[in-house]
Amino acid sequence: MATGDWSRRHVLAFTIPATLAAAATPGLARTIRGHVPWTPGRVDSPYPFDGARFLTPQERRCVSAMVERLIPSDARGPGAREAGVIDFIDNQLAGFYGRGERWYMQGPFGPSTPEQGYQFEEPPAGFYRRGIAALDSACRERHGGRVFADLDAATQDSVLAAMEKGEFELPDGVPAKAFFGLVHENAIEGFFCDPLYGGNRDMVGWRLVGFPGARYDYRPYLDHNGQRVTLEPVGLKGGPAWTPR
Amino acid sequence: MKKLPPVDVVLVGFGWTGAIMAQELTDAGLQVLAIERGAWRDTPTHFPPTTAPDELRWYWRKEMFQSNARDTLTFRNNRDQVARPMRRWGSFLPGEGVGGGGVHWNGQTWRFLPSDFAAQSHNTARYGALPEGMTVQDYGVTYDELEPHYDRFDKLCGIGGKAGNLRGEIVEGGNPFEGPRSAEYPNPPMHMTFSQNQFIHAARQLGLKPFPGPSANLTRPYVNPLGAQLAPCSYCGFCEKYGCGNYSKASAQTTILPVLMRKPNFTLKVQNEVLSITRDNTGRRATGVTHIDLDGNRYEQPAELVILCAYPLSNARLMMLSGIGEVYNPATGEGLVGKNYCYQVMAAAQVFYDDKFTNGFVGAGALGAAVDEYNGDNFDHTGLGFIGGGYIANWTTNARPIETHRTPEGTPTWGSQWKAAVADNFLTSTTVGAHGASMAYATNALDLDPTYKDAYGQPLLRMTYDFTPNDRAMARFLSARATDIARLMGGREVKVVLRDGPYDSMPYQTTHNTGGTIMGTTPANSVVNRYLQSWDVPNLFVMGAGVFPQNAGYNPTATVAALTFWAAAAIRSQYLRNPGPLVQA
Ligand SMILES: Cc1cc2nc3c(=O)[nH]c(=O)nc-3n(C[C@H](O)[C@H](O)[C@H](O)COP(=O)(O)OP(=O)(O)OC[C@H]3O[C@@H](n4cnc5c(N)ncnc54)[C@H](O)[C@@H]3O)c2cc1C
Ligand code: SF4
Repeated sequence: MATGDWSRRHVLAFTIPATLAAAATPGLARTIRGHVPWTPGRVDSPYPFDGARFLTPQERRCVSAMVERLIPSDARGPGAREAGVIDFIDNQLAGFYGRGERWYMQGPFGPSTPEQGYQFEEPPAGFYRRGIAALDSACRERHGGRVFADLDAATQDSVLAAMEKGEFELPDGVPAKAFFGLVHENAIEGFFCDPLYGGNRDMVGWRLVGFPGARYDYRPYLDHNGQRVTLEPVGLKGGPAWTPR
Repeated sequence: MKKLPPVDVVLVGFGWTGAIMAQELTDAGLQVLAIERGAWRDTPTHFPPTTAPDELRWYWRKEMFQSNARDTLTFRNNRDQVARPMRRWGSFLPGEGVGGGGVHWNGQTWRFLPSDFAAQSHNTARYGALPEGMTVQDYGVTYDELEPHYDRFDKLCGIGGKAGNLRGEIVEGGNPFEGPRSAEYPNPPMHMTFSQNQFIHAARQLGLKPFPGPSANLTRPYVNPLGAQLAPCSYCGFCEKYGCGNYSKASAQTTILPVLMRKPNFTLKVQNEVLSITRDNTGRRATGVTHIDLDGNRYEQPAELVILCAYPLSNARLMMLSGIGEVYNPATGEGLVGKNYCYQVMAAAQVFYDDKFTNGFVGAGALGAAVDEYNGDNFDHTGLGFIGGGYIANWTTNARPIETHRTPEGTPTWGSQWKAAVADNFLTSTTVGAHGASMAYATNALDLDPTYKDAYGQPLLRMTYDFTPNDRAMARFLSARATDIARLMGGREVKVVLRDGPYDSMPYQTTHNTGGTIMGTTPANSVVNRYLQSWDVPNLFVMGAGVFPQNAGYNPTATVAALTFWAAAAIRSQYLRNPGPLVQA
């Protein structure tokens, strides 16, 4: 555990190691008769941020630079940098998501339409690796040997805008639009996810928009009648206000 | 392959239809075995309030749904394209595990209109012949026949709502267009919030008759007829795509399993996938199913009665893999299995306020208000170029920040301007959505993919689907009506959201996949008869929305459940006494 500050509530609740919970729920019979097979104190726990990384330092610089332009730190407040979006993405790529474990990854791979969605041979982690290499090499070629992270913000923005429109040719057959799309999707996840996963640090994403987080009962506010409901955000592991640092 | 001791009934899949069928047939004294490919799931272990409100995990990492790695389907818009696998889910989210999609549904619990069950005869009588290529047909069952079964589902779930038609009498405050109900809803409607109040006000200004959306999110403590206790919904805003931590959303877990699981004549097998339906050498009799466990052991499970409850996509695929019936071929029009695949056609208008807060996180899966003037044949379609329609509603289901950020027209998708627009509009916007019907066309169908295989080497299901001329004309019409209401809701601006391009399998739309194992009046026009019994193999029944010949402008589950109760009643009262075809071909 990276932060090591599980509240007592969670120590009690998350008793099955994530790896076991995901597998065949061992210990639970597969044939059930005459009872509800519920075991007290057992919770199917999430896979929280565990510090593992997939990207090389050079690759991390590239993705950091991308997400910091997608969700900038600006007059409206913290952005991807303060939220730790790069740590989130790197950790996700190092885990089951990056390996595409829940995705259908069998071939053949061939020409496809945009309506058919993701059709690349690599799962997300490998696609990032190929995409970053292609982006940096295209930038080097067009911008005097400088990789994406070394470009000024305005140039980075124009590169990203062209990628989004599919108007930025990348080598190695990497579809710029799809690569942009995946990084964009993951950046938003990392900015707004539960802090359990390493992003949305100090709940900066939630604070920006006024989302109160993992609360579960809003009945007292049903008659808000168009007035703002303001509540301190809390996450699955509690709120910063509750957790002594 | 190991042969197991025989049972009376084997149910394939254990979601909504599997649980209802198991409850009904164990009550009739039969030995029932349900085989579910996913894991056991219960509220305190799998979706307690301490883990349920987790957007990344359940929706974005898809932990709530069927794993694509083992089995998915392939998709193409038309027959000229090569279908490619849906490598991850997008447009719809099939469930997996005990409770199926019922664990993560919204609970918007609608009945179809009486005329929806007679879409072919009703519309041709009023408007003349259907357009070329449209393969709409009658269900073979009527609203009046299903009404007592709709009522049972309402009571099983404790649906909250306001009747608009009680035994033929129109009741103020409910939906005046609905078919007659034999009883008022068991519970009062959801508590409307600001957005719904604006919608209701706007709709009334237009002379429409708004009413609260029927909801399977419980509006007060409730004990259902089986004795299961449900608790009031806390408007947690993590409903659709998530399990409920409160025992507040009607699902197999909250309404049936506490009773069913304790019955000595019920057995549940989890983490076992059914691979095929076996038949004797006449081909007219199912002998059981084959299935495989996670360790790769294969079993033969003999049964007197086989009932498919595995969701429309899996049901159709299992029929095809087992060679029961002829697979539909759009080129020749021959074959019926896979025919009339339909979906749901959505359109929307978003309303943005300057100084009013919609506070979308104070939401629930079925918290909404609706109007039904533009659904089914509730309005004159003369000259409109389409049949069918949809309800128009304002739901406040969530303000989940990864998923839901409405931004005004012209906002970029990233950068400082995007960030500011998200921050400014996140809690001050709402959506008026049209939930439209989907009429069957000869070109939209399911079959087996020639190339791609599942983890066990069996062909994946292949979907060929695009929006049709009827869909497009209907969506434009409904979108204009939704926009009319949205404009009167007092916002700063309104943004129209209309999907005009080809059907895209990626952005989430609805998990209302229908057709493929359609019901009807003769073996020449349907896979199953009006009791959901296979014409070819009379001891095989098929549940689920796959039996809809085309989809109505409502969410499907109440009709799916009513048809399941209806089929169960026919099995209990007729089939068990005299096993064989319930309708003579
Ligand atoms: C996000 C979401 C929101 C929804 N909201 C609404 C709503 O508001 N209103 C509404 O009316 N409907 C809604 N629905 C649809 C609703 O969930 C379905 O109509 C309903 O669950 C269908 O019941 P079923 O029994 O046919 O299938 P399911 O409940 O999905 O059960 C099928 C089961 O079969 C199992 N299975 C499949 N193949 C096999 C196999 N080969 N062997 C063994 N087991 C197998 C699956 O794992 C699954 O558990 C929603 C669905 C989703 C995903
Ligand atoms: S909105 Fe209500 S019914 Fe839905 S998950 Fe939350 S508490 Fe349960």
